[in-house]
Amino acid sequence: MEAPLVREYRAPEINRDEIFRYLGQRRPEEQLSSLVEECIKEVDGALSYKVCYAELSIKAEGELLDLGFTKTDSRALERVLSGCDSIVLFAATLGVGADRLIMRYSARNPAKALVLDAIFTERIEALCDTFCLEIKKEMERRGCETQKRFSAGYADFPLEAQRDVFLCLTPEKNIGVHLNSTLLMTPTKSVTAIIGIRKIDEKTAF
Amino acid sequence: MTIKLCKNAGFAPNLFEVKMKITEFLKENTLYLDGGMGTLLQGMGLAPGELPERWNIKNPEKIKSIHRAYFDAGCNVVNTNTFGANSLKLSKEELEEIIRSAVSIARSAAEECTLDGERWVALDIGPSGKMLKPYGELEFEEAVRVFGEVAALGEKYGADLIFIETMSDSYETKAALLGAKENSTLPVFVSNAYGIDGKLMTGADPLAMIAMLEGMGADAIGANCSVGPEALAPVMEKYLKYSSVPIILKPNAGLPKSENGRTVYDISPEEFARQLAPLVTAGVRAVGGCCGTTPEYIKALVDTTRSIAPVPVTEKSFSAVSSYTHAVELGKSPILIGERINPTGKKRFKEALRASDLSYIVGEGIKQEEAGVSVLDVNVGLPEIDEKQMLTRVVRELQAVIDLPLQIDTSSTSAMEAALRIYNGKAMINSVSGKAESMREVFPLVKKYGGLVVALTLDEDGIPKSAEDRLKIAEKILSEANKYGIKKKDIIFDPLAMAVSADSRAAAETLKAVSLIREKLCALTSVGVSNVSFGLPMRDAINSSFFTLALGRGLSAAIMNPHSDEMMRAYYCYKALVGQDESFREYIEYTARAPMLKVAESVQNATRTEDNEQFSSELVRAIVKGMCAPTRELAEKLIKFKAPLDIINEDIVPALDKVGEGFEKKTIYLPGLLMSAEAAASAFEVIKAHSTTESAEKCTVVIATVEGDIHDIGKNIVKLLLENYGFKVIDLGRDVKGELIAEAVVKHSAALVGLSALMTTTVPAMEEAIRLIRERAPECKIMVGGAVLTLEYAEKIGADKYGKDAMEAVRYALDVDKSINQ
Repeated sequence: MEAPLVREYRAPEINRDEIFRYLGQRRPEEQLSSLVEECIKEVDGALSYKVCYAELSIKAEGELLDLGFTKTDSRALERVLSGCDSIVLFAATLGVGADRLIMRYSARNPAKALVLDAIFTERIEALCDTFCLEIKKEMERRGCETQKRFSAGYADFPLEAQRDVFLCLTPEKNIGVHLNSTLLMTPTKSVTAIIGIRKIDEKTAF
Repeated sequence: MTIKLCKNAGFAPNLFEVKMKITEFLKENTLYLDGGMGTLLQGMGLAPGELPERWNIKNPEKIKSIHRAYFDAGCNVVNTNTFGANSLKLSKEELEEIIRSAVSIARSAAEECTLDGERWVALDIGPSGKMLKPYGELEFEEAVRVFGEVAALGEKYGADLIFIETMSDSYETKAALLGAKENSTLPVFVSNAYGIDGKLMTGADPLAMIAMLEGMGADAIGANCSVGPEALAPVMEKYLKYSSVPIILKPNAGLPKSENGRTVYDISPEEFARQLAPLVTAGVRAVGGCCGTTPEYIKALVDTTRSIAPVPVTEKSFSAVSSYTHAVELGKSPILIGERINPTGKKRFKEALRASDLSYIVGEGIKQEEAGVSVLDVNVGLPEIDEKQMLTRVVRELQAVIDLPLQIDTSSTSAMEAALRIYNGKAMINSVSGKAESMREVFPLVKKYGGLVVALTLDEDGIPKSAEDRLKIAEKILSEANKYGIKKKDIIFDPLAMAVSADSRAAAETLKAVSLIREKLCALTSVGVSNVSFGLPMRDAINSSFFTLALGRGLSAAIMNPHSDEMMRAYYCYKALVGQDESFREYIEYTARAPMLKVAESVQNATRTEDNEQFSSELVRAIVKGMCAPTRELAEKLIKFKAPLDIINEDIVPALDKVGEGFEKKTIYLPGLLMSAEAAASAFEVIKAHSTTESAEKCTVVIATVEGDIHDIGKNIVKLLLENYGFKVIDLGRDVKGELIAEAVVKHSAALVGLSALMTTTVPAMEEAIRLIRERAPECKIMVGGAVLTLEYAEKIGADKYGKDAMEAVRYALDVDKSINQ
């Protein structure tokens, strides 16, 4: 296996509709809109956008699927990775600045904390989208297509797989993401996921 | 001394001589360090996920061959293969065996090398692998213990120095250095991993690290890993300019990239050496490599830089305090220290302290940060509270959310030590005086933990009247500090502002003392400005004029009230007038904030006699709309005509009910509900400030996010709403042990407890908390909530109520309160 690589990004463009969707309010009133704008300004500069990743070969092993960093019997993952012979495993984070800001307002100003939380959710998803799009383009140049990203804890792929994700990517050292004993990641606005890679012409099923 | 002294690995060598040697050697020579280990081990067959440290036992010859190759390439120091060895990952026995073996392998590689030159073995300590609280789960003291254990073993088995490296969090770096210092007598080198942005992963910049590590007595400091030499050059520039101790640099062989399924680094050995050479010329004194570098890189580095004359390490006049993120330098431009976190003369603050209402105290900190201070004074001394415990709690909470350095202000040395220990950075310390006892107690703390200490010019005979006598005390303090190895740059003298109403010469003498200390001692000065006006009307006018005069005499810092417009005006005007405010940027920013205060004032004065009914309906509307500032203003007006309890019952509660109903009918969403709740809370603050009697409260509710879970937005929402409805809420915070929750329920005779959990993995902790509460306080009702819970789940773990949202929690609490009163 090759050592995990790191990519850093500039802030992806903000999608306000997504933020309002996370807040459960697609048509916000003026008060809320101005609070969202105030928070967006404050967020600027407080976040980092980092991803670490590794490309791994995968293969079927009897009833199990060997993902190169863990073995699983997840049927959902088997479906997603059908026809794939490798994956890109990645971890992405906004850094501890997000946690600090939420803590700052959480006790005295929960409305602001809630809005910040929604903004950070939009931000981390946007970061994942940016990275996945980049991988998609790079894979297309290699004659491959990519699948939708899939994380530990989805469907029947257990959250416990996070331990193996962390052993493989060592995101502690690479991008400052840690795994707690309760399988919670810190900084909390972090994501790990798998992207399936499939050759377009010769479909080699595992 | 020669390396032979340490031949018997397993026995501590003559430490004094060894320590002298490497630190002495550094004074005259460039020290060559080793390069990467991990990538070489992978090449030798280390499996992914396998702990490299186990190879000290499994494949000692392979490890030795790497060390030997580095020594043969010209290294003076190799780091043992112990980067991740600690008791969080290994059993006590295995840890000891690994360290014993690691040191011994490196030692024999050193002895086998036949090149001329000095050679040392450094015990390598990397990050623990866990994130420290409050973001992660590792307690600071636990981290100190874990690192200390490794350091003690390193010394026991004969390492010559301790090399703490690749630290990407300032708090963890502090824990490691403290652990090493407390558990060994070896020299300690400390190196951090900076990103391309020139900061650590958790945000600290080089100046913050220099201030903290130098203050704590690290023997050499610097940077390693992350990027190549050129990318680290800007970080090195800061170290070269500000550090008074030797500087370390161990960069990567550039950036990694993927080539045919292999990871390769983009800089060759020759290029690596070429990029490092100018940094050695500029004064970096200990050089080597990190990821991607091999013995060839070190060989090229030694060959290229051997002829460069080492630049002497000089003492820099860098006086600073630091926080999680940055340093604040003193002695250049005057700085403001916010005085508002202090109970003296503040009824609301005292109340918050007694009720352990930390969110109020943190709120005071945030407001001062927004008002523009650079440092926050923290004083939480009240006779009836445990100051040591409270001070450490407040410092923890403040440093979790505020970027400013703190000034630890206490007369209790045990509270001072506890706070300095857990402080993330180099604190300002308030204070020491010329009294022998004070210096005996405080100076050892300054030496051990680092800090910039405020020295009061008073002694056993009190405060001298004349400025000259205060100068004498300052001289005495300085010479005593010198005995402890505390430098002048880490002392800031407070020549004590006294009430001018009691002695008309008081202010003049203080000002003269500021001048004398500055001119004769070339030392920093600070005063607590507000004392000067004691007993006079319009105190701000006197304070701000005195402040301007003191600034004119070269005052370095002032402890003051940043919410005083006059004081802030004096400060910004002074800086603009003496050329310390480039392009008047700060002044103009200040003026942009200031006029808004004026308008708000005039509106308040203009509306005197309006109909109170109109205010009432406007107040209801403002709350429903969730507008905080107007709500506060309207409450201020209304309280002049209307009894506090009537405002609560006739305006605030109906407004909240209206919003609550809207939320339940889904015409108002969560953000709207919260904004209204916050607006209502701001009205309550006004009422609290004006009412003399405590309003009748409903029953007590204890709330907490359970152990292992640090999500607390939901819990805080419930808290806010419960408080709005008049409940006394004891908020235990996040990640709270069941034991503590049960204890608090008993202590406060709570009728209801609310528990929150967001992760499926923390629901067992909730179940355990419920069991403990049932055991100790069977009559207490328990409600639970959080993203992962369902009604069935709540019943299964034995809760009385599952609150699907915050309003349901409030309705249930109202029911519980009602049933008690019946």
